[in-house]
Amino acid sequence: MIDLLTQLGKKTRYSFAKLGRSSFFLQQLLMGITDVLVRPQLLSKQLYSVGVLSFFLITISGLFVGMVLGLQGYYILSNFGADEALGVMVATSLVRELGPVVAALLFAGRAGSALTAEIGLMKATEQLSGMEMMAIDPIKRIVTPRFLAGFISLPLLTALFSSVGVLGGHLIGVSLLGVDEGSYWSQMQASLDVYDDILNGVIKSIVFGFVISWIALFEGYDAIPTSEGVSCATTRTVVNSAFAILGLDFILTALMFGDI
Amino acid sequence: MSLNNTIVSVQNLTFSRGNRKIFDDISLDIQQGKVTAIMGPSGTGKTTLLKIIGGQLSPASGSVFVNGQNVHQLSRKNLYTLRKRMGMLFQSGALLTDMNVYDNVAFPLREHTDLNESMIRTLVLMKLQAVGLRGARELMPNELSGGMARRIALARAIALDPMMIMYDEPFTGQDPISMAALVQLIKTLNTTLNLTSIIVSHDVKDTAAIADYIYIISHGKIVGHGSPEEIENSKSEWVQQFMHGKADGPVHFHYPAPTYIDDLLAFDKN
Repeated sequence: MIDLLTQLGKKTRYSFAKLGRSSFFLQQLLMGITDVLVRPQLLSKQLYSVGVLSFFLITISGLFVGMVLGLQGYYILSNFGADEALGVMVATSLVRELGPVVAALLFAGRAGSALTAEIGLMKATEQLSGMEMMAIDPIKRIVTPRFLAGFISLPLLTALFSSVGVLGGHLIGVSLLGVDEGSYWSQMQASLDVYDDILNGVIKSIVFGFVISWIALFEGYDAIPTSEGVSCATTRTVVNSAFAILGLDFILTALMFGDI
Repeated sequence: MSLNNTIVSVQNLTFSRGNRKIFDDISLDIQQGKVTAIMGPSGTGKTTLLKIIGGQLSPASGSVFVNGQNVHQLSRKNLYTLRKRMGMLFQSGALLTDMNVYDNVAFPLREHTDLNESMIRTLVLMKLQAVGLRGARELMPNELSGGMARRIALARAIALDPMMIMYDEPFTGQDPISMAALVQLIKTLNTTLNLTSIIVSHDVKDTAAIADYIYIISHGKIVGHGSPEEIENSKSEWVQQFMHGKADGPVHFHYPAPTYIDDLLAFDKN
């Protein structure tokens, strides 16, 4: 019993210590933003590796998610003779929920894990220490550009994901199953609200981009500098990002659409 | 020893990691323009000492003065200004793996100076020439051998013309040829660039050959210091064991453990 309590205490203390370290880390990396803005070429390189290289994955996934939505939606809606509403259904579910959440989960797996592994290995091979001894702040030089790149990329990738998804739904619903093209688009246009649907989705993706980049970079920076440590840190990035995304999605949805 | 020539002064330094005391109240002085070696068995915290001098780790008590400034009381900005004048050569080289050799050497210049590209090119080629690797400037770090990586790292460390360089185990894992090249390079750089060198190593013969002064550390204490000749003729059993590589002596071959027979029978007893 006492052992159990000791364990619990240790775990709690460890978690709080880590939370503290990560907050301090966040503060330091945010303070580096002005330095990055002066040297945009640092950012553009990271935008390429974090954002552009995720392009393919996000596009293909968006297409398939949209196609599945079109298929499932059609089967259900046609039962009620409401298959003209397919466009609304596909677009609303993508823009409000699936777009931000699935794109964020994919982004955490594709870019987040890569960031953690990169920073962790830089730490393990003393590159970060070496930089510090050259009087160059590794947080400003290495971490902040990557953070900004993640923060900027995810909302754009989410927009891409949702748009391609709508096209995927169109491909299945209209081209294959014969839903009327005019009603697919016009009902979507009439029902989707710029603020309630699109803006809320964008806000979600901005929050997710912030949190994933923070988690990924912190786990890398805080990793134990060995092969095993980096591998554990990479796993933690993906797991913690997934929890954070799903938990925050619930909270944000409740705040945005609930009457709380 | 006049105080004016001391560039690094470590005073009553104590440092612990967990419950283990790495340094227990040690003091040492490093003279300007000399090659000072800090030797000791693996695991005595020699690298830690360099990190403390460089301000990456803070001691539990005691102070470190570099060029008259107390490293651990400097503001971040002043510490960074001081670090620009301290080069450090890491055991792994610590080259940035996403750039080639040329860009690695140019890195500190680009970060810290406003020199134009043609000036940077001249400086980089000069530094690479000094370590004999001007022809390797297009290679990526993963294409370099360990010895080459260390020489490139050395070129990078001298890029900002520092007043001192700290070498962390520069000779470990080197073949005889690159070892000889490195030993000579360290000596030559020290004289031609008027540097101060601190070499942390457990490589007795090669380090003693170029060192002007040697400190030997073990179990958190300085067990011997002096010029190479003085160390060679030291009466301390410990120093003798270390310098001549005897397997047993004051430092035991066995890690502390219960007696052998008890340990072997422990399983059956339970």
